[in-house]
Amino acid sequence: MSKDIEVPELGFVALLRYAWRQLTSMRTALILLMLLGVAAIPGSLIPQRITNAIAVRDLYQSNPELAKWYDRFSLFDVYGSPWFSAIYILLFISLIGCVLPRSFEHYRAMRAQPPATPKNLSRLEHYQELVADNQTLHTAEQWFKKNRFRVRIEENSISAEKGFLRETGNLLFHLSLILILVGVSFGSLFGMRGEAIVNVGERFISVPTSYDTLSFGKLAGDSSLEPFEIKVDKFVARYNPKTNAPEDYTAWLTVTYQGKTEKKIIKVNKPLTFANTRVYLQANGYSPVVTVRDSQGFVAFQGPVPFLPQDGNLRSIGAIKVPDAEPQIGFVGSFVPTNARTTDQGAVSIFPELLDPKLLFSIWKGDLGLDSGIPQSVYKIDTSDLQQIGLGSVKPGETFNYAEGSITLETVVPWINLQVVKDPGKSYALIGGIVAVLGLLSSLYGRRRRIWIRITPQGAEVAGLAKNSAPGLEDEIESFVNALRRD
Amino acid sequence: MQTTWAYISNNFVYSAMAVFAISFVAHAFETAFAVRAPEVADSTSGNLMTKTLDYKRTERAARIATAMMILGFVLLLAGVIARGISAKHVPWGNMYEFSITGALAFTGTYLGALRKYDLRWLGLFVSLGVLLTLGTAITLLYRNSAPLVPALKSTWLVIHVVAAIISGGVFLLANVVAGAYLYLERAERLGARPVWLRRVPSIEVLDQLSYRLVAFVFPLWTFSVIAGAIWAESAWGRYWGWDPKETWAFITWVAYAAYLHARVTVGWRGRRAAWLCIFAGSTFLFNYVYVNVWGTGKHTYSGL
Repeated sequence: MSKDIEVPELGFVALLRYAWRQLTSMRTALILLMLLGVAAIPGSLIPQRITNAIAVRDLYQSNPELAKWYDRFSLFDVYGSPWFSAIYILLFISLIGCVLPRSFEHYRAMRAQPPATPKNLSRLEHYQELVADNQTLHTAEQWFKKNRFRVRIEENSISAEKGFLRETGNLLFHLSLILILVGVSFGSLFGMRGEAIVNVGERFISVPTSYDTLSFGKLAGDSSLEPFEIKVDKFVARYNPKTNAPEDYTAWLTVTYQGKTEKKIIKVNKPLTFANTRVYLQANGYSPVVTVRDSQGFVAFQGPVPFLPQDGNLRSIGAIKVPDAEPQIGFVGSFVPTNARTTDQGAVSIFPELLDPKLLFSIWKGDLGLDSGIPQSVYKIDTSDLQQIGLGSVKPGETFNYAEGSITLETVVPWINLQVVKDPGKSYALIGGIVAVLGLLSSLYGRRRRIWIRITPQGAEVAGLAKNSAPGLEDEIESFVNALRRD
Repeated sequence: MQTTWAYISNNFVYSAMAVFAISFVAHAFETAFAVRAPEVADSTSGNLMTKTLDYKRTERAARIATAMMILGFVLLLAGVIARGISAKHVPWGNMYEFSITGALAFTGTYLGALRKYDLRWLGLFVSLGVLLTLGTAITLLYRNSAPLVPALKSTWLVIHVVAAIISGGVFLLANVVAGAYLYLERAERLGARPVWLRRVPSIEVLDQLSYRLVAFVFPLWTFSVIAGAIWAESAWGRYWGWDPKETWAFITWVAYAAYLHARVTVGWRGRRAAWLCIFAGSTFLFNYVYVNVWGTGKHTYSGL
């Protein structure tokens, strides 16, 4: 279209101004908006590190070349990737550049008087004439005021306007989106997130070393941890006896916070709240409580060992490491709360409650590598340098003896996984969300319209104009005219 | 007790399907038999015979169709309530339950609008759509009535899901209207619209109607997403985590936002706007079908 137009040489400032105008144009904003939608798609089709890290690892194993290329374009972290950020940052700049000037303009318009009554009302919509007397204009003014119109009173006419809520709502909606973005960024910069497995009967103290995993926002650190203590008194999981599906998880806690100790209950939809920090009940499993003795009968290890659930019936795997035994002993184990045997899978669990618990294990001897400095999973043992010395299983109260000692399953306690999340930005995001909905409602359902009345020698003329040709003005003028006639 | 009510619910749903099928046939009869071919050609030069529509001839069929639609609605309502009693929670625990409730809401919206406007031309499509939804639900999606998993036990289930189901119903209706627009616009461009579609309003009305529907329900969809975020915050420990369902809800939201801007600010009308509307509606459908059936993430419960 503008191919043949000669583009003048632009200075730097003019170039900036040109770029700014392009960026804040509606067309650009619309393209960016559509682009944002399209850019969000790959993140739902390709596994993401934030939601499904295991699938990402699997892809690296099954198709390393493809995974490498995915990673090169941040396709495993779409929502934190430079290109996704670029789109939404540009969109928000464009939005600010569009909305701020409009806000000022709207503010001025709200304070200004409605424009003067047009000369020729008969050309406008809903035009009608009626008889009038010297009271008519006064009655009209009162009707306008009662119906919250803003009026401009002239010598023999009134210009009235209503429906500024439409633009106000529209601007509020867009401004609230900025507030949501601020809330999200604030939360990710100053927030914290951690997880800890706590056995029933044990105490959890919120200090960095107590967490199994702990991560902070870029501008947060150890000092942002909310100091609280939780002792898990009891945990009950209820399952449907027919479908084995979970029906309820409840944990009874003793909570100490700011010098006060209280009994509390935590459920899946009912987290605990400490200021900006909330504690969620996120998962549960079983910890066999074992005693491992050496060949002399001295206790080398005693205590609960959390096992990781593998399926809905809580068949769990785990490792019992006994570095204090001589030589070091490790048990690679599998725990089933309700034991059953199948020919193809070996031991399986057929119900998630402790109806017939059984601990099955292989016993390994040698250097467990705990002093090597390489971080290890507490649920696994690298058995490549170890020697297998036995294979066994125990039920609660039973002891299994092998050449280097014995292992006793004393009892089984449940564990719960507490997720601790601090998000100081979420209340801003929530306020932003509420304002967004309210703003949308008033911008989509609000109607801006004007009504005029002028006294003429023959009587009075009435006309109106609705912006965006919104419906309903006809009825409004009808009731206005009726009010005038009644007097 | 639990199984008895589930059994009753299934019988109600089956009966509703039978009644909707009668309604569908009556609607089809109404349209088909209203077409009247003239006995003599009205053009001497060729064999042209302009067909006309005379709905007076099929008024009785139309009444039967609407009556059956109402009866079907009542039966389906009973089915949904019985399902709720059997499971002791609002019947939105899995995809089967969403589908029968969605079909109920869809029929309800149509019947509600029928009181005010003569929308009987839509009845054929509404009854067919409801039949297909219920048929898919009861054959492919059926799951035994069961209690909710702990994460679903929340007041937000009612709020979030009701808002989402209503939004979805209206989005899909807007899609149907936009689709009708595209079809009729093409037909009129190439000649005239087919006889049996003469009763459908003018394409200008359809164009405006699909926009109105979207503009009306967009705030509700926004609310539904925000309600979901509030719920996610208390159930999963974060209000937004780019779970596939959340991602697609966001994409749908962005697509409709683009649609509204394109119409209001840039002034798109007609074909372009209708295509954008259909695209946005498809993202919603994709979210419902793909993410529930093949997807992973936190929105997959109890099989489906």
